[in-house]
Amino acid sequence: MKKLSARRRHPLAAVVVLLLALAATGGLYIAFAPADKAQADETAQSLAIDEGKRLFSVGCASCHGTGGQGTSDGPSLVGVGAAAVDFQVGTGRMPLQQQGAQAPRKKVIYSQAEIDQIAAYIASLGAGPSVPTKNQYDPKGADIAKGGELFRTDCAQCHNFTGEGGALTHGKFAPSLENVDPKHIYEAMQTGPQSMPNFPDSVMPEQNKKDIIAYLHAVNSDDTTSPGGLKLGGLGPVSEGLFAWIFGLGGLVAIAAWVAARTAKARKS
Amino acid sequence: MSSTTRNASRRQAPAGERVADWADGRLGVYSLAKSNMRKIFPDHWSFMLGEVCLYSFIIIILTGVYLTLFFHPSMNEVVYHGSYVPLQGQLMSEAFNSTLHISFDVRGGLLIRQIHHWAALIFIGGMLVHMMRVFFTGAFRKPREVNWIFGFLLLVLGMFTGFTGYSLPDDLLSGTGVRFMEGAILSTPIVGTYMSFFLFGGEFPGGDFVARFYTVHILLLPGIMMGLLVGHLILVFYHKHTQFAGPGRTEKNVVGMPLLPVYMAKAGGFFFLVFGVIAIIAAIASINPIWAIGPYRPDQVSTGAQPDWYMGFSEGLIRVMPGWEINFLGHTLVLGVAIPLIVVFPLVLVVIAVYPFLEAWVTGDRREHHILDRPRNAPTRTGLGVAWLTWYFVMLVGGGNDLWATHFHLSINSITWFVRIAFFVAPVLAFLVTKRICLGLQRRDRDKVLHGRESGIIKRLPHGEFIEVHEPLDADQLHTLTAHEQYEPAQLGPAVDENGVERQVSRGEKLRTKLSKGYYGEGNQIPKPTVEEYKEITSGHGHH
Ligand code: HEC
Ligand code: HEM
Repeated sequence: MKKLSARRRHPLAAVVVLLLALAATGGLYIAFAPADKAQADETAQSLAIDEGKRLFSVGCASCHGTGGQGTSDGPSLVGVGAAAVDFQVGTGRMPLQQQGAQAPRKKVIYSQAEIDQIAAYIASLGAGPSVPTKNQYDPKGADIAKGGELFRTDCAQCHNFTGEGGALTHGKFAPSLENVDPKHIYEAMQTGPQSMPNFPDSVMPEQNKKDIIAYLHAVNSDDTTSPGGLKLGGLGPVSEGLFAWIFGLGGLVAIAAWVAARTAKARKS
Repeated sequence: MSSTTRNASRRQAPAGERVADWADGRLGVYSLAKSNMRKIFPDHWSFMLGEVCLYSFIIIILTGVYLTLFFHPSMNEVVYHGSYVPLQGQLMSEAFNSTLHISFDVRGGLLIRQIHHWAALIFIGGMLVHMMRVFFTGAFRKPREVNWIFGFLLLVLGMFTGFTGYSLPDDLLSGTGVRFMEGAILSTPIVGTYMSFFLFGGEFPGGDFVARFYTVHILLLPGIMMGLLVGHLILVFYHKHTQFAGPGRTEKNVVGMPLLPVYMAKAGGFFFLVFGVIAIIAAIASINPIWAIGPYRPDQVSTGAQPDWYMGFSEGLIRVMPGWEINFLGHTLVLGVAIPLIVVFPLVLVVIAVYPFLEAWVTGDRREHHILDRPRNAPTRTGLGVAWLTWYFVMLVGGGNDLWATHFHLSINSITWFVRIAFFVAPVLAFLVTKRICLGLQRRDRDKVLHGRESGIIKRLPHGEFIEVHEPLDADQLHTLTAHEQYEPAQLGPAVDENGVERQVSRGEKLRTKLSKGYYGEGNQIPKPTVEEYKEITSGHGHH
């Protein structure tokens, strides 16, 4: 014991302790982490990471920094997770075209394979939500009504009753959710892109996310029926009022003019 | 037709005549009808706008009666088991449940609901347009001020009938609107809380308001409106309709078609046209799809929550008002809500009611007017009307600021600031511009009278000059363009009375003189051509 206490003050002691601590946590992590990845998978994974890094340095590093650490033009991506990349790039929001109030949805310029590679690279920088699997977001069998209730409680204040979108401050907006891919809806809830708060599984369990996806599919997709006729954008009284003025009153004034012009002429004879 | 029936009809008077005879013998309808049915009604498209209101009101009543057969004005909670899948199993009030039932499970229910709601939007829009026509033509002048007030009350009551009806289904959108109204009530200094508790039977939303609104919506307000409407129409009959100036038309006669049969036939046909337009709209376009909106829960809210358009200006007022709040002797005064909703909201409406009296005071004119003004010949009035409309429209823009932002890719903050500034500036600009336009049109009329109408024919004179040939107007046109009378601006009168003592001039008098100058003073109307001027110009000099 004496020896140890004597060397405690050795200049290298701190380094040794640090190494030991790192080894311990690393060991613990290996012991507890799901270690079912086959060797072959791992090499494929590291290949993907390499490929992703290459794509990243070409397309993204100018804003997010060469190591994804962030610059004045874009936030750090360490720890945002593969789901964030899949969402941002898969909806065309990234790479950002120009700085503005908010990154808009655009044409997607990467293939899904490339997106996966970039995602793998970003995921390798720090742990974050991973891309959900199909059976996580597949709305089959979900409770639509429950989803509606959740949507109105948690989402409608920005996205409108049926996800038609809405304005936020200073030119930012909550986009329309019409026909958004279920995977992307799921990822958005998971990662909270742009001004959106995130809804991790601890606040909104997977089943509820599915319910919401099912609800959106029912009320705002190509399969939605509108029992009352034209939806008028689903925007409520403003578009209804406009319609009533233009077609209702406009039409009636035109008809009044037409009727008034057809007056019974006093017979001259 | 067979010969036997022909013989029969020869022997007996037609059925209609017999019924009329029967009724006349008992009710004396013939003389009543004779004196009233020959009333003359002049023809002009804008005179039919009142009919648009009348017919849409009738349509609202008819469809509303159908809806009452199925609607349950109750806030008891039930679980939905109807046919709209995305709501099955949800808790909702019976009111909401029955509205879904009407929409999906009652035959024709959805169509009737949509006709009812579309007709309501068109009804109130119709009233506004009708009111504009009455305003811009000066039809509100003596003796029709009372009828203007009746109309004004109908407009305000119509707005509130619409609002209460819109709240009945107890959906998330209208519930938010009721909450908004509650906020307005709460912001009333001192009594706000008491009033809110009284209205909702306790804490908002409570379990009462749907039933209470129901009574107000289907009985109280429509009952009052029905009475006002009958009074309104009786007064139109009694005063007889106004008419535009024209040859043969005076303040003492009305030129047009007799009510029976011509006007009645047209009006009857027009009813069906109005019904047709509303029914087509209701058949093709969805309105207030409560199933997509969901049942009301005070803990939920959606973006883009606006009231129906006629309440939109109040929404605009609240959206652009800064959220001021002060503490006054221990009372919190929510000025950010009280100023727009308790002060400005009524003001926007009350100026409508008082305008006829204001104008009468300024002109000091106590005569009756049955000949309408062309809007250009009353530039200040027309300017004020357009200024009001601009004001109203600016507030509507404010009420939809979020949709302007998303659809035109603007910042909602910039729109809000735009509206704040425009609220004060736009009406003034609109007033000035409108007045200029009116004066320009007056000048053109003057030119037309004096120099004739531009014929489009270019003539070359012997010495090479090109001129456009102006055709003189015929007497009818000359009459129409010069029939309006022009007021002299009021004068303050001598500063000293007959004894040389300085006269006491009241402040009101001074104000009146100032306003009168603004209305009719130099530069505020173009003197119409006099007979002398006309003779002088047309007597041969000049080549026009
Ligand atoms: C022109 C600069 C720019 C480029 C290029 C760019 N980004 Fe971004 N990125 C941004 C900005 C700025 C944000 C923050 C956006 C916002 O909040 O609206 C962002 C946000 C993100 C986010 C979300 C971060 C989070 O916190 O959830 C991800 C993921 C992302 N970018 C990935 C990428 C990827 C992958 C690429 C390359 C394909 C890329 N970006 C290219 C500027 C850029
Ligand atoms: C329920 C709503 C209303 C109905 C059904 C209605 C109906 C009518 C009808 C049928 C006429 C005669 C035709 C015409 O001039 O258009 C009329 C005239 C008139 N209305 Fe209304 N009206 C309504 C609301 C209003 C409003 C909101 C105002 C103004 C505040 C108003 C003011 C007048 C006046 C002053 C006249 C006489 C016009 C004239 O003789 O030239 N009315 N109304």
